[in-house]
Amino acid sequence: MKNLIEIKNVNKTFAIEGRSAASILENINISIQEGEFLAILGPSGSGKSTLMRIIAGLIPASSGTVSYLGSPIEGVNPGVAMVFQSFALFPWLSVLENVMLGLEGKNLTKGEKQTKALQVIDVVGLDGFENAYPKELSGGMRQRVGIGRALVSEPDVLLMDEAFSALDVLTAENLRRDLLELWLDKKIPTKAIILVTHGIEEAVYMADRAIILSKSPAEIIKDINITIPRWRDKKSPEFLAIVDEIYSFMTKKKITALPPSLPQLKKLAQLPQVSAGALTGFLELLEDLNEKIDLYKLANRFMMDIEDFFPLVELSTLLQFAQVVEGDIELTAEGIQFARATVLERKKLFSKQLLAHVPFVQQMITILQSKSNKKMNIEFFEDLLAHTFGDKKAQSQMALLISWERYAELVEYDQDKEQVYLESTI
Amino acid sequence: MAVFTANVSKRKFSIADCFILIFIFILFYTILKLGAGMSIPFSPEQQPAMILDPSMLPYYAGRSLLRMFIAFGASLLFTFIYGYIAAKNKFAQKLLIPLLDILQSVPVLGFLSVTIVAFMALFPGSLLGVECASIFAIFTGQAWNMTFSFYHSLITAPEDLQEAAAVLHLNWWQKLIHLEIPLSMIGLVWNGMMSFGGGWFFLAASEAISVLGENIHLPGVGSFLASAVEAGDMEAIYYSIATMLIMIILVDQLFWRPLVVWSQKFKLELSESDDVPSSFIYNLMHRSVIIHLINKWIFSPLGSAINYILNQLADFSNFAAKGFQHGTHRQWHSYALQICFSIWFIYLIAGPAQEAFGMLAAMEPSELLAILQLGFYTFIRVMIALFLGLIWTIPVGVKIGLTPKLSKFFQPLIQIAASFPANMLFPFITIIFIKYNVNFEWGSIALMMLGTQWYILFNVIAGASSIPNDLIEAASIFNIRGWKKWKTLILPSIFPHLVTGLITASGGAWNASIVSELVTWHEDNLVATGLGAYISQVTTEGDWPKIVLGITVMCIFVVIINRLVWRRLYRLAEVKYHID
Repeated sequence: MKNLIEIKNVNKTFAIEGRSAASILENINISIQEGEFLAILGPSGSGKSTLMRIIAGLIPASSGTVSYLGSPIEGVNPGVAMVFQSFALFPWLSVLENVMLGLEGKNLTKGEKQTKALQVIDVVGLDGFENAYPKELSGGMRQRVGIGRALVSEPDVLLMDEAFSALDVLTAENLRRDLLELWLDKKIPTKAIILVTHGIEEAVYMADRAIILSKSPAEIIKDINITIPRWRDKKSPEFLAIVDEIYSFMTKKKITALPPSLPQLKKLAQLPQVSAGALTGFLELLEDLNEKIDLYKLANRFMMDIEDFFPLVELSTLLQFAQVVEGDIELTAEGIQFARATVLERKKLFSKQLLAHVPFVQQMITILQSKSNKKMNIEFFEDLLAHTFGDKKAQSQMALLISWERYAELVEYDQDKEQVYLESTI
Repeated sequence: MAVFTANVSKRKFSIADCFILIFIFILFYTILKLGAGMSIPFSPEQQPAMILDPSMLPYYAGRSLLRMFIAFGASLLFTFIYGYIAAKNKFAQKLLIPLLDILQSVPVLGFLSVTIVAFMALFPGSLLGVECASIFAIFTGQAWNMTFSFYHSLITAPEDLQEAAAVLHLNWWQKLIHLEIPLSMIGLVWNGMMSFGGGWFFLAASEAISVLGENIHLPGVGSFLASAVEAGDMEAIYYSIATMLIMIILVDQLFWRPLVVWSQKFKLELSESDDVPSSFIYNLMHRSVIIHLINKWIFSPLGSAINYILNQLADFSNFAAKGFQHGTHRQWHSYALQICFSIWFIYLIAGPAQEAFGMLAAMEPSELLAILQLGFYTFIRVMIALFLGLIWTIPVGVKIGLTPKLSKFFQPLIQIAASFPANMLFPFITIIFIKYNVNFEWGSIALMMLGTQWYILFNVIAGASSIPNDLIEAASIFNIRGWKKWKTLILPSIFPHLVTGLITASGGAWNASIVSELVTWHEDNLVATGLGAYISQVTTEGDWPKIVLGITVMCIFVVIINRLVWRRLYRLAEVKYHID
């Protein structure tokens, strides 16, 4: 088998003017062979979509190369087509015109393009909708157009960027099956499929191989072959075993060895985007369960997407309200206390854990106290964060921190003046 | 991109088709005949006389209309080229966008004399020079707005669609026609309609003008009115105003309405909204066999041919760009190019700049101070005009905006009122002023308001009708009424729209000052002390240094006020009073 696509030592950093660049991807090496269905898994914000865009040639890698059939690509990868999470259909074009757009770059007559497009429309199950406009279609139908548009140019590699995430559960399931059938029965000439997803079950159901990325900066932490025979039963023990295994890989902390004696240089960890309210609800539910439980079972039980689920787990362990061991989650003593406390006591507990486990919060308070007016422009703090995260991320992280600190009644914030001040100084 | 894609078998030849056919023939004939009149011999001493006879009005109206459409076509072309370059080239962007911002805020009418002289020199002895100057004046009133709209839709194109276009390997031409132009269509049609409406004002102002001691009359409705005013012929004035109204309504119904309906196709949102605009003419054209055949046999092949050529061109330019990029000195190349371009640009403006400075240096400082003072007077007038406009438009606009029935009725009327060139109404007010001996220092404010208040009203209505219904319901549940309701609900929600309206109105008022601070009726002249009157006086005299100085000072005033007042209010509106 030959390598269709070869990703070698790819790094991606987003340059921030005058500062050290924020690293998104580190040292990624993947080779994709003919006949392979690869899933790239990672928590939200892990840079998996960035990786897919580098493979597609939409954005350049900071270093390293992506090769297609042995030669490094420049600009858009000639061997791929892409299916988007948001469908990315042109609303002013009909289904047929949208699909024909996939052939626009090819040297064909209008008649030939039309014939080909109609064939593909038939294959993806859109027969009879050729002249409909995207706005007349349901979400699942729209994604079929997206898939048809990608397939019509007969790409060697089909890239799917969270292609099923915007659909409801049943529609997504139906579309997954249909796509898998086209793929397994070789009804389409596609030689490989790369699926970026945060759905662990989706990956295990569809792919032959799963690559798991860690969080900021993303590195490959695991490359697993999934050899369960098709069609796969989602309830079977071997299926669940792989799901469980992937869960435990994804929740494992990356150990970065940094001397603790240099607090100024210590890298700030990215905080999970979770509101204090959501955390409270989560801890209460855990307390109700009152037992150690498998993470994936918990996610299923709450009917939660891992996109929402992992950040909750992460924040509860960060604040040491809960702990995760080998893919199982359990409340700590503080967690139990928090879940049972009254509204005001909770604020105190939250404040205590925040000060103890998020060093930046402690730093903010110290800075504010050192000022005579106990006030500080928010930009000052954002700049501190921007060294690690870049401007855009720094702003969202700051907003998150302020929402927590407001809940904990540690600081107040004046949006008009964009100033942070200590609670007691009004 | 086919305009109408429905199936032909459903269409049947009908009476309507006969009318359309006749209409198309008449249209062709008229354009040819009108066009022939544009390049007749002309000199200031021997110009085509205006005939104050109503039977001549259709011809004059046609000439005016032709000017408007040529200017619009030019604006459209300018929009695509300028907007595209500004959006695609980082270096050009740094230069073009601030330039556009300034062009947008300078009072166009002040430059009329300069452009007329330039164009007359370009086409000596032909009417075409003056014709071009008038068209250019209308163009400058239309183009900037549209260009900004196009540029804005180019840079805010949704990321996923751009990525899709890239992965589909579309070249720049394919991307332009499949993605970028469709994306900008709604904004372009809307801004085009608004700019076209504003263009009537410049048409009326630019057809008849005294420049360098000469009175120039281009055949057209605006000149008809001007001649009628000179002759004191009341009846002819009525006729010209009626003609203007008919033109505005016809263009709106026959041209803009169908376009607005058609452009709805390019809405980005994927849900169907229930409030869809409709147009009788659009439906007529949509169903017509004739239009379909014309489309099929003329426009479609023509479109395909153009598409083919540009496609090849785009592929070639992509190929060339790739070859260029393969060179190792890519950075160096582009820097060299930028430097060459900068030097060329500086060279281009160095001459005129030096001349202008020479002129200014020759002037007395006291004169400069006097002009600044005049500018201040005009500034006060503009502010009062805006303030008075606010006072009446806010209550009326909110009332209309909150009552769907009223707004359905008034919206088209206000649109026509806003399009109607206010300067055509000046004679009536002038007569009243003369009759009742009104102090024109204050009176000219009324003239200024005549054209500009509509922009405010328009935006207040838009703001009021966009107040979310749940907020209105919440206000009534909590028994918030009277002044409190205005303070907590209505004023904050219309604020962003109000600022937009004020910015447009302020621009309009500065422009209007040039024609509204100095008016004539028959033998009488009314002059208000101000920069606008100053500019039109020195233009008539043909005093170049003073013309340049007057315009420069006005531009400075406008730009400073934009930066200090409007820009800040706009930011405030965006940050604080933004309803999502």
